[in-house]
Amino acid sequence: MKKKILSMGLCAALTASLFAGCGANGGAATSTETVDTSGELTWRLGGIGPITGGAAQYGQGVMNAIQIAVDEVNEAGGINGYKVSFNFQDDETDPQKAVNAYNTLKDWGMQILEGTVTSGACAAVSAETYNDRIFQLTPSASSTSVTEGHDNTFQICFSDPNQGTVSADYIAENSLGTKIGIIYDSSDPYSSGVYQNFAKEAANVGLEIVATEAFTADNKTDFSTQLQKCKDAGADLLFLPFYYQEGSVVLKQAHDMSYAPIMFGVDGFDGLLGVKDFDVSLAEGVYLLTPFAADATDDATKNFVTKYEEQFGGTPNQFAADAYDGVYILKEALESAGLTPEASNEEICEALIGAIQNVNYNGLTGEGMTWNEKGEVSKSPKAVIIENGGYVSVE
Amino acid sequence: MKKLNGSTRKLISSIAIIVVLYLVMNGMQATGNLSSLMSGLLVPVCAYSLVAIGLNLCVGYLGELSLGHAGFMCVGAFTSAFFSKMYQDVIPDVPRFILALIIGTFFAALFGFLIAIPVLRLSGDYLAIVTLAFGEIIKNVINVLYVGKDAAGLHFSLKDMMDLGLDLDGVVLINGAQGITGTPRQSTFTIAVILLIVALIITHNFVNSRTGRAVKAIRDNQIAAETVGLPITKYKLTAFTISAAIAGVGGVLYAHNINSLTATTNNFGYNMSIMILVYVVLGGIGNFSGSVIATVVLTMLPEMLRGLSTYRMLIYSIVLIALMLFNWAPGILKLREEHGLTTKQLFGRFKKKKEVQ
Amino acid sequence: MGFLTYLINGLSLGSVYALIALGYTMVYGIAKMLNFAHGDVIMLGAYLVFMCMSNAGLPAVVSIVIAIVCCTAIGIIIEKIAYKPLRRATNLAVLITAIGVSYFLQNMALLIFGSNPVSFTSVVKWSGLSLAGGQLKITGSAIVTIITCLIIMFALMWFVKNTKPGQAMRAVSEDKDAAILMGINVNATISLTFAIGSGLAAIAGALLCSAYPTLNPYTGSMPGIKAFTAAVFGGIGSIPGALIGGLLLGVIEILAKAYISSQLADAIVFAVLIIVLLVKPTGILGKQIKEKV
Repeated sequence: MKKKILSMGLCAALTASLFAGCGANGGAATSTETVDTSGELTWRLGGIGPITGGAAQYGQGVMNAIQIAVDEVNEAGGINGYKVSFNFQDDETDPQKAVNAYNTLKDWGMQILEGTVTSGACAAVSAETYNDRIFQLTPSASSTSVTEGHDNTFQICFSDPNQGTVSADYIAENSLGTKIGIIYDSSDPYSSGVYQNFAKEAANVGLEIVATEAFTADNKTDFSTQLQKCKDAGADLLFLPFYYQEGSVVLKQAHDMSYAPIMFGVDGFDGLLGVKDFDVSLAEGVYLLTPFAADATDDATKNFVTKYEEQFGGTPNQFAADAYDGVYILKEALESAGLTPEASNEEICEALIGAIQNVNYNGLTGEGMTWNEKGEVSKSPKAVIIENGGYVSVE
Repeated sequence: MKKLNGSTRKLISSIAIIVVLYLVMNGMQATGNLSSLMSGLLVPVCAYSLVAIGLNLCVGYLGELSLGHAGFMCVGAFTSAFFSKMYQDVIPDVPRFILALIIGTFFAALFGFLIAIPVLRLSGDYLAIVTLAFGEIIKNVINVLYVGKDAAGLHFSLKDMMDLGLDLDGVVLINGAQGITGTPRQSTFTIAVILLIVALIITHNFVNSRTGRAVKAIRDNQIAAETVGLPITKYKLTAFTISAAIAGVGGVLYAHNINSLTATTNNFGYNMSIMILVYVVLGGIGNFSGSVIATVVLTMLPEMLRGLSTYRMLIYSIVLIALMLFNWAPGILKLREEHGLTTKQLFGRFKKKKEVQ
Repeated sequence: MGFLTYLINGLSLGSVYALIALGYTMVYGIAKMLNFAHGDVIMLGAYLVFMCMSNAGLPAVVSIVIAIVCCTAIGIIIEKIAYKPLRRATNLAVLITAIGVSYFLQNMALLIFGSNPVSFTSVVKWSGLSLAGGQLKITGSAIVTIITCLIIMFALMWFVKNTKPGQAMRAVSEDKDAAILMGINVNATISLTFAIGSGLAAIAGALLCSAYPTLNPYTGSMPGIKAFTAAVFGGIGSIPGALIGGLLLGVIEILAKAYISSQLADAIVFAVLIIVLLVKPTGILGKQIKEKV
């Protein structure tokens, strides 16, 4: 019996040492630091998003864009004289995995988090950063559940209510359509969030919604039925609050059935023209509400798009642009607060909460961006229309 | 000391190892030696282990392949989180969590029971696909379920938030695809370990009870079992219901450890059901402690591989295939035996070494 | 007219499911394993066709032939490395390995082709039929898919029934051990089954993406699960069953969306599946397996 207990103890000790070993090396082994810090004091910026799984294109865009911005900032001398090191972790779009990623970053010594990319995962992580007092700026998680009750969480993208409301107002003001059909992804927090806010505002401004159809993540190959029902209901404008990948199929199928209402996408539609081999003539006349257009001619956008294409290939989408802006927003806030990396996470967090509300930032995704204490950004969403294979802004 | 049979001894040693590990982890946490990643993983690992134990009861002893256990986990998670959210300010923490645990387990068991009635008439892959179908139905319905509360009471809708017709001061408790946000965080490592041990004891007692032996008899030869007069349906239903209930407990733990509870393919859909099945098969069909070990290893593995960045999941899949071949391929097993590398032999060698010391 | 439109949409969707289900059912019927990686081989096939057409500028037919050859090779390699060593182990072990292979293929594709979706140019250039004065439209790819499905189904049935390797397949499917005694090379037969299944996957990939023109590394997984459902629906292992199961699943899915609720379409489809299986526990055309005492 004694022998048994001893062997068991040894067994347990072995497993524990495995945990401990992992724990101790965790920081070094798991870091994907791209800036060699070699012991010097740096800002530790973390990022979280899906770089594998079905939403990988959004996470990778954000990861690459932050990398570009961090490299630029470091080249120009860093923030307040300190360079930035950056570490991005995969969450596979899963809330639990996002929390794991967050904990990995915490072990690495993260001071500021720019993430996470998707709403569901972000809501889980923002509860953690709130408890740990780490400042969080999300490039693209638009749900209100991300910022609600968390004073340390700020968004760069428009929130769901904002997008839904602005879209409905825009359609009503410009009388784009009288009978509205909606297709949305009922399994996606972002899509169903925008849809609900749109429907609420549509009732206020007197838009008539004639058809509301949904699809789910398990059911997103075929949209012919949803389109047919909208067509039968006589919808002359389709509101499509989802991402461009499904968007490209919707446009193709609508074309195949000779159904040509006005298509109105929100910011998820950005990236449509960047899809390889996509027949851009299908997208002719599509409205979308985007803060960013990759073919804009201003120097900042051109610089970013060129660098992105050179380093990573492919056209950056709006997620990437938001993430790129995020680094500079943090830079401005940190500079105005006069912080150094020696400050504790809590000090940085408290200082940034104040500082970011005084920032007025002109970036790729908007002019004169400001933030309120709820964490929402105020920038004017730009409605653009696709003409001749390019974005044209409509004022 | 009273003579114990082999399986009981094994159970006691498994529990002892878990307790020792628990103490070590707690000690390390208290002294700050445990990384945030590891302490963050403790509760989820226990939750997944529970679901794996539940599924193992179904696969290993009932002999039926279920691809819908994530669905029971989902039911346990959502019902308990809903309860906790609803009475957050009414009932004090401890009794509320206990009630939530009971409610989550009860509903998972209820769903298991209701689903088992039709499902157990089928067999083999047809049964697997029907359990998968039930899991998907549960996920789909939760994704379009809206529940709100105001002065007039509860409102339900399967359409959208506006359809609830809430007063201005009403709160939305379950918001469709956005799920439940802000569930009180009450799952601690201590509770998780206690539940895990209880589940191990219950399953152990169950499979060695009269009912459990009957279930095994049915698994091995249903017709023979029928001829000796065993009430097949009753025993099968009992086993499946217990299996679902344990998965539900896992769901309760999971839900009370995370702020944002959503039902996606990855956490409550067929992907998760399949992942749990991987834990069960890799840990050994019918071996509950094995399920726990496999869960720990396979949950930690992708986290350990984070340094590989985009190559992470690729390496993970290769390791998974290699582990399966190492543990199951008859050719490799034979080779291992010849070279003294079976699990038993390795353990034996390990013990001998210690004796020498 | 509305109903007819939905019916045609359902048949178009169903024919894609059926095409994938044929591959599933073929492998299941003979090797008795659920090849969860089948959907991902489809994705690889689609990418291969896409690369050939878009990057190398080859004509569609040549691209598909290249994809078939490559997918067959990939199928054989996967079978040799991951499935063959487990031939005498429990079926569940092979199932799990197949899941591992599925993850592997997805992540490999993610690294090679990148995460950005691409828009697949249809391999069918014909725009389709327009009936009843333009009220009813059938796309070219739907017609081609249905015809391909029928051709493949009859070819497979003929092959299994009338050729030597086909007879060997049936023998292996009935009783592996007896087949060995009869001098059949079981390993070679099962490998051949995988080769055929993977070759079919390439065709399915090209047609899937022609009908629903978006492609990313995860494109195959959901249609794969749906097709598995369809194969079970029709009676897994039965070749005509796969066709019927696929078509029915597509039609039910579209009609559920059209007439009941698009929000709950998934739930309705699966509910119908459950009801059908309860009435007919081995699928529509499945054989009742007699249990020996």
